[in-house]
Amino acid sequence: MSIIATRGLSMRFPGVLALDQLTVDIEPGVVGLVGANGAGKSTLIKILLGLLEPTSGQAQVLGFDAARDSMKIRELVGYMPEHDCLPPDVSATEFIVHVARISGLPPTAARERAADTLRHVGLYEERYRPIGGYSTGMRQRVKLAQALVHDPKLVFLDEPTNGLDPAGRDEMLALVRRIGGQFGISVLVTSHLLGELERVADHLVIIDGGRLLRSQAVSAFTQVSGVLVVEVEEEMDRLGEHLARTGLHVRPDGRLLLIDIADESTYDVIRDSVADLGLALVRMENRRHRIEEVFS
Amino acid sequence: MTSVIHDIGYRHYDGKRLGRAYAVRSLFTHNLRAAYGLGRPVKAKIMPFLLGAIMLMPAAISVAVTAIAAQVGAGRDIQLIRYSAYAIYLQPLIAIFLAAQAPVLASRDLRFHVTPLYFSRPMSRLDYVLAKYGAFTTALYMLLATPVTILYIGALVTKQKHIGSHTVHWLAALAGCLIFALVLAGLGLVVAAFTPRRGFGVTAVMAVYLLSTTAVAAVQGIAENQTQFGVAQWAGMFAPFNLVDGVQVWALRAKASAPEPPPSGLGGPVFTLVCAALIVGCVAILYLRFRKAGAK
Repeated sequence: MSIIATRGLSMRFPGVLALDQLTVDIEPGVVGLVGANGAGKSTLIKILLGLLEPTSGQAQVLGFDAARDSMKIRELVGYMPEHDCLPPDVSATEFIVHVARISGLPPTAARERAADTLRHVGLYEERYRPIGGYSTGMRQRVKLAQALVHDPKLVFLDEPTNGLDPAGRDEMLALVRRIGGQFGISVLVTSHLLGELERVADHLVIIDGGRLLRSQAVSAFTQVSGVLVVEVEEEMDRLGEHLARTGLHVRPDGRLLLIDIADESTYDVIRDSVADLGLALVRMENRRHRIEEVFS
Repeated sequence: MTSVIHDIGYRHYDGKRLGRAYAVRSLFTHNLRAAYGLGRPVKAKIMPFLLGAIMLMPAAISVAVTAIAAQVGAGRDIQLIRYSAYAIYLQPLIAIFLAAQAPVLASRDLRFHVTPLYFSRPMSRLDYVLAKYGAFTTALYMLLATPVTILYIGALVTKQKHIGSHTVHWLAALAGCLIFALVLAGLGLVVAAFTPRRGFGVTAVMAVYLLSTTAVAAVQGIAENQTQFGVAQWAGMFAPFNLVDGVQVWALRAKASAPEPPPSGLGGPVFTLVCAALIVGCVAILYLRFRKAGAK
């Protein structure tokens, strides 16, 4: 069953077409939504939450219609906005308890869940201090905690690594991975950095200018491409010429040779050629597609 | 013994989830607390509690003086402050409370972009606005009704004559306090909601109070000089305290405390209608303001 499904979803703002006939089905798990700034990622999330009404088309979240049953959807999902959204003069504990109650948790449960959730996102003693004095990394954790405190079935994380330093990014991505894995909560996470999402997502949806570019499992993006990469220490050209004479299709790529795999014997031909020429083989491996190729 | 913190892992919440009414109630409580700086640093408590304390002083002094006068046998010459006049006498103080605290409720969520967190939960924009309006009205009501009730308790303790009519006047004044609270909360929140920076909000609310009050006083002065008493009385409608006092005079049979009573005949009903329209209008404007704010 898909957790998110859109059909011909379009969103037109004055002067901009933010989403253009977007049709996509998303399965449970950690799903990365990738696109450049302004590609329509945040707009899509707001439509799914019922905060924006699409110009045309339909969207479903967890089986509910985004336009008609938005209240039902909002009970079941969490949302971490891209921008700062925290009041500075209350402590993280006070704020998360409040937010838990707004989500319908009774007072005692709200306090317990707030404490648990803040611990899970990695906020300890500092949670009793006003949020105004927090670092960007701590604020991002509070934002994440407010999205998780009511134990949703699905969370929308809009650019959770925004503004973080490399170490903070790694920690946030590890948290995202834990939410999808250990917590068992489906995640739709956006980023304009493909490499980030490649590390945590099971599935990637790539949009560009409001259009769907690709929706695929991460493993499919990086599957074997049918090309062998060969690196020798010296005299790469001599090996290339030798292999070409045996009928293989060879092209140089910097310090590497790329060789199309004709059949099983290709591996033997290369090994024997290297041995015959007395060269030092550094590596020979199946080349995988890189996700970046989608954009080229 | 080893001191290891055991991570008990993520626990799902399968307890009760209370509905929208509870969420709105929680938001109401949160804002009522915010109006008095509760759950916030000491700095936020100083202003509301200081003003609250000063509000009580005239009532306490009035009770004390009356008690002493009764002791020395001069009870006939000294009377308690009139219940329905209390808000009029102390209006500058109430206006300061309004100006200082309206931005806390109305513009803080806008300034720090907290609204998306509310509107991505099962809560409509009207719920949100009504919870805020209700909370601020209650905060003002507490500020106004407490000293009036102290006066009444003073009347009981000092065994004033005609305690029955004291009770009636006290109850009428409590109703009057509610109307004051509704009108002032509406005006304060609307003005503050359009000035996201707190400093501007404070200034704007204060400016609206001072300009309306002094302009009305000036018009009334000129009109009276030219013996246009009707104009002077109608002009009172344009200053909030004078307007509500008119309603007290007409609907609650109070003695006029503002400089001018409402005009006889149509005056009372018109003042009351304007009051009601003002309250409804403020809710409508706040709703429109927050409807726009949440969609960005």
